[in-house]
Amino acid sequence: MSDKKLPPKMTPKEKMATPRQPMREQEPLVRARNFQEVPFGYDEEQAIVEASRCLACGKPKCMEGCPVGNDIPRFLSHIAEGDFAAAARTMKETNLLPAICGRVCPQESQCENMCIIGKKGEPIAIGRLERFIGDWERESGATEVPECAAPTGRAVAIIGSGPAGLACAAELARAGHRVVVYEALQKPGGVLRYGIPEFRLPKAIVDAEIELVEKMGVEIRCNEIIGMTDTIDELLDEEGFDAVFVATGAGLPWFLGIPGENALGVYSANEFLTRINLMGAYRFPEYDTPIQKLKVAATIGGGNVAMDAARTALRVGAERSLIIYRRSREELPAREEEIHHAEQEGVEFHFLTNPLELLADEKTGWLRALKCQRMELGEPDASGRRRPIPVEGSEYEIPLNTAIIAIGNAPNPLIPRTTPDLEVTKRGQVTIDQETMRTSKRGVFAGGDIVRGAATVILAMGDGRRAAAHINEFLANGEW
Amino acid sequence: MPRILKIEVLAPKVRRYVVEAPKIARKRKAGQFVLVCATPTGERIPLTISNADPEAGTINLIVQEVGKTTIEMAALKEGDELTDVVGPLGQPTHIAKVGRVVCVGGGIGIAPLFPIIDAMKQAGNDVTVVLGARNEELLILEDEVRALGVELVICTDDGSKGRKGFVTDVLKEMIAQGPPINEVVTIGPAIMMKFVCEVTRPHAISTLVSLNPIMVDGTGMCGGCRVQVGNEAKFACVDGPEFDGHLVDFDLLMRRQQMYKQQEREALERYEADHTCHLEGV
Repeated sequence: MSDKKLPPKMTPKEKMATPRQPMREQEPLVRARNFQEVPFGYDEEQAIVEASRCLACGKPKCMEGCPVGNDIPRFLSHIAEGDFAAAARTMKETNLLPAICGRVCPQESQCENMCIIGKKGEPIAIGRLERFIGDWERESGATEVPECAAPTGRAVAIIGSGPAGLACAAELARAGHRVVVYEALQKPGGVLRYGIPEFRLPKAIVDAEIELVEKMGVEIRCNEIIGMTDTIDELLDEEGFDAVFVATGAGLPWFLGIPGENALGVYSANEFLTRINLMGAYRFPEYDTPIQKLKVAATIGGGNVAMDAARTALRVGAERSLIIYRRSREELPAREEEIHHAEQEGVEFHFLTNPLELLADEKTGWLRALKCQRMELGEPDASGRRRPIPVEGSEYEIPLNTAIIAIGNAPNPLIPRTTPDLEVTKRGQVTIDQETMRTSKRGVFAGGDIVRGAATVILAMGDGRRAAAHINEFLANGEW
Repeated sequence: MPRILKIEVLAPKVRRYVVEAPKIARKRKAGQFVLVCATPTGERIPLTISNADPEAGTINLIVQEVGKTTIEMAALKEGDELTDVVGPLGQPTHIAKVGRVVCVGGGIGIAPLFPIIDAMKQAGNDVTVVLGARNEELLILEDEVRALGVELVICTDDGSKGRKGFVTDVLKEMIAQGPPINEVVTIGPAIMMKFVCEVTRPHAISTLVSLNPIMVDGTGMCGGCRVQVGNEAKFACVDGPEFDGHLVDFDLLMRRQQMYKQQEREALERYEADHTCHLEGV
């Protein structure tokens, strides 16, 4: 089965005694100035040792922690045996995009958080192994295209080619339906393409995983904006689709609502990252889309997108990159790994700092400083986090030339605006029946950030998979 | 990829492109625009649809050479393809029968104004058009506008065609002479729209402007095109591009349009350097 030298089988005691295998990374100060991926990934030997630590619990808790229900113990046992092809097949039963999920899932709060070994020591590095298998399959050229059922004659339109849309498309193709994915931008992938930077998720990997979905027969049409180029009604009534899955993501950036936000040099994180990741501004002038010359850049916000923006700022030449956050380090919503990477690379964190005003040069209109106020933590608020309270008289200015607002997104209005019978919440999120993922409109399902607000790639993929199952059911019995 | 079927030179450095885009041609309404990317490494730029032929499946785009992207577009030939054409984007112009409408267009802004003149006329309004250009050579679409059967006044900065002077001078006279104007629609350089709004403001004449800030995705995702309208920041791509001109902060718009001036100059210089070398020794 394998020509790899397998380590001798470990006893449970030995397993517990074997440390979690570290993953090599680029040196922080080197990588902070390039766009290459930060971690190098496991080699085969490391992967086998790491997978061999699994205790193969009778009731695997890890699976409960996985939003898509990956069969993690079986997957790990194949790796431990050195049968990587079988591991890849196992993974793909539930997750077609392991190289992506292995990189961007918050495993520490999902599968790895549930791992029994983690109670006493460090949990199995499930995410790193998932990444290893995804990469191994792609690099070995052994990628198997999952088998699809015979054509059913039914057709489904998917709006948005991000994680929710792609996951749903793959499942529906597997079930034998004709699937067309509509993408508003010029390249597919959604947030995987425009949002998550190259150094965290190389675009070659996104390309390869999307290619696989296309090989399953899914058609992806870029540059088509549903709500403008076509409407949902037209897809259903004129273009012959039997169902629609709305997976348009959270695409309307919030600004702070403080004075000076229209100054030159103030970006939303979406704009900053889209210019660089999708439009190639970091390769200007080879690519035409520019980004301003950064000197001191402050990113306002504390989530993963803020970390991505602050780390990207260093890579496009900022002398200093700051994170401005109202609360303290404990309350940062970003993944620990991202915070850690940002700290290592020299991003300066300004905690308990509240932005009050963006100050521009009166003559030129260019941003020159951020006026802030110090905060202290008071009693916990509705979110359970301690509420930041301003410290009187603590206002001060941080000189800078770039501000990146990374405080989240509202849902994009284009689809609700042109689909009057699609119910949305007051905030504009599409309303669904949690059980069936059905919207208020017959034949239309929704999932991912357009329903959840800002969440994660894996939750969106989980939504896509679940929606596919409900769409299958609807296509089979026609009942609504 | 969308193919260019026809290219006509309308004025020095101004061309009309007839582009294959059947869905957009069927859908678009007056006031809407597309985003165009001319090459795989190009920048996406917003261009207003000046006209469309739903049966032929084509849209017309009128483009002036101002920077690298538009100069690159000028080098394209009939039969060439554009990398991306996306749309139609933006909210269509609100067209209603309001009475007397004056449409004021300047320079390349006459192109996006054209479908609005047409629609205003078809809605039964009494439409007067004022077109301005630096000189006769730079005036575009005169015949097309005339063919719509509207009253037309032309003015040029140097007097080489029509009246000598600015569109605002003509508009002031029209307001003074009457009959009363119910609505003004103006599209042109930001500075021109600003002054048109200053002319109509004291008379409280409703004035619609179409803004052209820098855009990236055109779908509301990035907010790069935000403009200040009254006390709200609006996204021109999904909330506009048309707004109540009396509420628009034009000075801010003009500043934001210049945000990448340095990079634009750099890109253009590189492009020109690359393209002159090839010609040397020919």
